[in-house]
Amino acid sequence: MLEIKNLHVQLEEEDKQILKGVNLTVDAGKVHAIMGPNGSGKSTLSYVLSGRDGYDVTEGSATLNGEDLLEMEPEERAAAGVFLAFQYPVEIPGVGNMTFLRTAVNAQRKARGQEELSATDFLKEVRAKAKSLKIDADMLKRPVNVGFSGGEKKRNEILQMAMLEPKMCILDETDSGLDVDAMKLVAEGVNALRDEGRGFLVITHYQRLLDHIKPDVVHIMANGRIVKTGGPELALEVENNGYADILAEVN
Amino acid sequence: MALPEVKQTATEARLATLTMPDAGCTRAAREDALARVLESGLPNRRDEYWKYTQPDTLVAPHAAPAAVLQDDESLIFDELDRLKIVFVDGVFTPEESDDLSLEGVVIDRLEDICCKDIHWAKELYGVLEARGQDPVQRPLAALNTAFATDGVAIHVTGKPSKPINLIYRHESPESDVVLHHVIRVEGGAEATILETGPAASRFNKCMEIDVADNGTLHHVRAQGRDHERRAATHMFTRLGQESVYKSFTLTVNGVLTRNEQIVELTGDDAVAHVAGACVGDGDFHHDDTVFVTHDAVNCESRQVFKKVLRNGATGVFQGKILVKAGAQKTDGYQISQSLLLDDDSQFLAKPELEIYADDVACSHGSTSGAIDETALFYLRSRGVPTKDATNMLTLAFLAEAVDEIEDSSLAEAIVSRLEGWLARRS
Repeated sequence: MLEIKNLHVQLEEEDKQILKGVNLTVDAGKVHAIMGPNGSGKSTLSYVLSGRDGYDVTEGSATLNGEDLLEMEPEERAAAGVFLAFQYPVEIPGVGNMTFLRTAVNAQRKARGQEELSATDFLKEVRAKAKSLKIDADMLKRPVNVGFSGGEKKRNEILQMAMLEPKMCILDETDSGLDVDAMKLVAEGVNALRDEGRGFLVITHYQRLLDHIKPDVVHIMANGRIVKTGGPELALEVENNGYADILAEVN
Repeated sequence: MALPEVKQTATEARLATLTMPDAGCTRAAREDALARVLESGLPNRRDEYWKYTQPDTLVAPHAAPAAVLQDDESLIFDELDRLKIVFVDGVFTPEESDDLSLEGVVIDRLEDICCKDIHWAKELYGVLEARGQDPVQRPLAALNTAFATDGVAIHVTGKPSKPINLIYRHESPESDVVLHHVIRVEGGAEATILETGPAASRFNKCMEIDVADNGTLHHVRAQGRDHERRAATHMFTRLGQESVYKSFTLTVNGVLTRNEQIVELTGDDAVAHVAGACVGDGDFHHDDTVFVTHDAVNCESRQVFKKVLRNGATGVFQGKILVKAGAQKTDGYQISQSLLLDDDSQFLAKPELEIYADDVACSHGSTSGAIDETALFYLRSRGVPTKDATNMLTLAFLAEAVDEIEDSSLAEAIVSRLEGWLARRS
């Protein structure tokens, strides 16, 4: 489904190469995890896939079901099925969470040529999904992420994901800033979305998230490349021994 | 002290085009006001208070012609139940207005007061304007008091069941209008005044508002979209003990607008909120000049002004909080912000605090910025197209000012105007 080939990316502002030839294929129905030390390029990969400004792709390609992602605007990528759960969800004062969700859902439906959801249908769906993530009515009314705790912000990301039903979900350190209970809740939200047609790319520093969201494939990223790929046992190895051994091995 | 020759000449040229109406009980106030104009002269670009806004066209002997905007947009507040008082090119038009009788309020036309020797309005007409001349002179307001040709006196004695809407229609491209209203809110009474419409090619409007102890006045204004119009407005408000004044102004286009709000909190525990949202495009200049004086204990004042500017539009904010000695426990707040949608637009702000009491909380802030790129990306990454995302963030920026409107149906009407503007312009 998601196919990344020899992806080279540098920062627009400075001549600094961040990704140096990333190759990665995520098939529908699979969960891939990317782990790696700080500064290895994990977050950059997620931003480049979702279309954030400030990065130049100098070589390589990224496609979703054959469609060239890199040619698309961020909103087109979203309509095509890409979703990024932000490491730091953005606060937007003055925009109600519910208005935001409804605008996003209907914008994507419109872009795909589907009919917009009626106010009642939308409300029914959002209430049900919010409930399973323990998001109360008050959080839905408040401005987007404003005054939300770290856990609330991350749950709000998962709620958006549940409402938008993307094909390719990218989770950028969704476990950061979460306590154990919040992490379980977020993981349950993610697991509820796992199905045959949907792929996941879970970026994390720690094995503990992967205890709850069981990956099919684990990649280790270092210095702008994927240096090792394996099964879930690779995450345990990192947890026990750190990255030093693996990096020494590949160098 | 003699006026500079340029100012003297300009003032005389303007006065030569005006005739003082046969004024009855307002006669003395008008003559006093004329004396103030002669003493100060009309403003020019050298005056510090007019540093950011050129008053030339507001002072010129004749109004520059201004085309009347032709479009099919319905008038704001059309769906709301309200008492309509219509002025066409500055002339009260009874055929288009509602019957002026409404329980809890007595409304008289200025012309009818002028022929009476005794009327409550005599105690107010020109009085707050004269008080508002110190410490800063406001000669266009004095000119208004002297020469206003029409207006209403609104005496609020109870709680009228619906808002009173002053509607200013602009029909003649040559119209040059001077209106003066006085409003007295009695103790415990409460009313909402709406002002809507482009009014005239050149519009000089003065409103004096006296709110007695425990009285409440809400004011919501929507200045019309006629692009070439010019306006200078003054609102002088005096607040008694535990009284409340809340004013909001929406300005959508207009080549030149100067809105002055002069508020005096004279009774303990009074509350004054003045707010404004403006959206300007192109050859647009909008100036909010606010002067709030705290002269009593435990009063609260808020100034919230937001401007969205693009294609070379200019926004100005001059806002002052003066806390007099003895006005302890003052809670003063002032925020002025602009959202600049391109590099050609500018926002000029002069926030001022002058405090002579030692137990007060006053804060102020002023910012100028572009659309938040991070927020824009966040919205786009969820599938919201750039244009819609920008509009959402623009409305969100204005929300703090619009939130100052207490009545939700009025606030909704304002938001829908803003949405209309954004949709037309993007």
